[in-house]
Amino acid sequence: MNVKTVYDSGTLTALLSGDIDHHSARKMRRIIDGDIEICRPEKLILDFRRVQFMDSSGIGLIMGRYRLMSLCGGSVDIVNIPQPLERIVKLSGITTLMKV
Amino acid sequence: MDFLNEMTLSFSSKSMNENFARAAVSAFVLPLDPTINELADIKTAVSEAVTNAIIHGYEYGDGIITVCAKICPGGKVVIKVKDKGKGIEDVKQALEPLFTTVGGERAGLGFAVMQSFMDSLKVKSRPGSGTVVTMEKFIIRRSRTDSCTAPQKDEVIPNDKA
Repeated sequence: MNVKTVYDSGTLTALLSGDIDHHSARKMRRIIDGDIEICRPEKLILDFRRVQFMDSSGIGLIMGRYRLMSLCGGSVDIVNIPQPLERIVKLSGITTLMKV
Repeated sequence: MDFLNEMTLSFSSKSMNENFARAAVSAFVLPLDPTINELADIKTAVSEAVTNAIIHGYEYGDGIITVCAKICPGGKVVIKVKDKGKGIEDVKQALEPLFTTVGGERAGLGFAVMQSFMDSLKVKSRPGSGTVVTMEKFIIRRSRTDSCTAPQKDEVIPNDKA
């Protein structure tokens, strides 16, 4: 599967891998949201170290999780963005909303 | 002849084909020796355009998406993504960053990404008959001698004699 999640003392970490596009983002969203519901974490860490490609669907995935976590007072951290993905992350302006 | 190579690809408007379309275009432009970033730019722009055709053009319904790519002299790549879907009422509005008609998980960044990752973007659309997105990008030719590690001819001769 292209999402692996680990929960540890209030923090849910989702290790994403492969390509994130409109097709794969839907499946990733389902897994992450399911785990948020079960674990109720205070913090969600989205780890991009194994992501090879991402289009604006990845930005949608981040924004959607940010909204969901904000609803229950939680936060989202984005970590290990590979160099080729930096442009789209910068373009989206999400760096002003959360820690990248 | 205004192009050196061309290809046309038609496929169903299914989201699994987003990956196929960008992989095919990426393989097609590979002989131009693009950098990793140039290739990522093209793949991202194609992915955005094809996703738009699926979500907005055909609204997740059945349809055919056609991707044409041309390599022109001077390292120019021209990519067209066409659908015969519902079209765009107001192209100018659709091109505004963050504008989205579907809400939900869509960031409204599709055209903004195409615009900033490619050198030019044109959108032609007629409500009821479909949309054609034309994008161009110049792949900058890097000096071959810089990266070439093949030995020079006069270096090879002594080895042959030895």
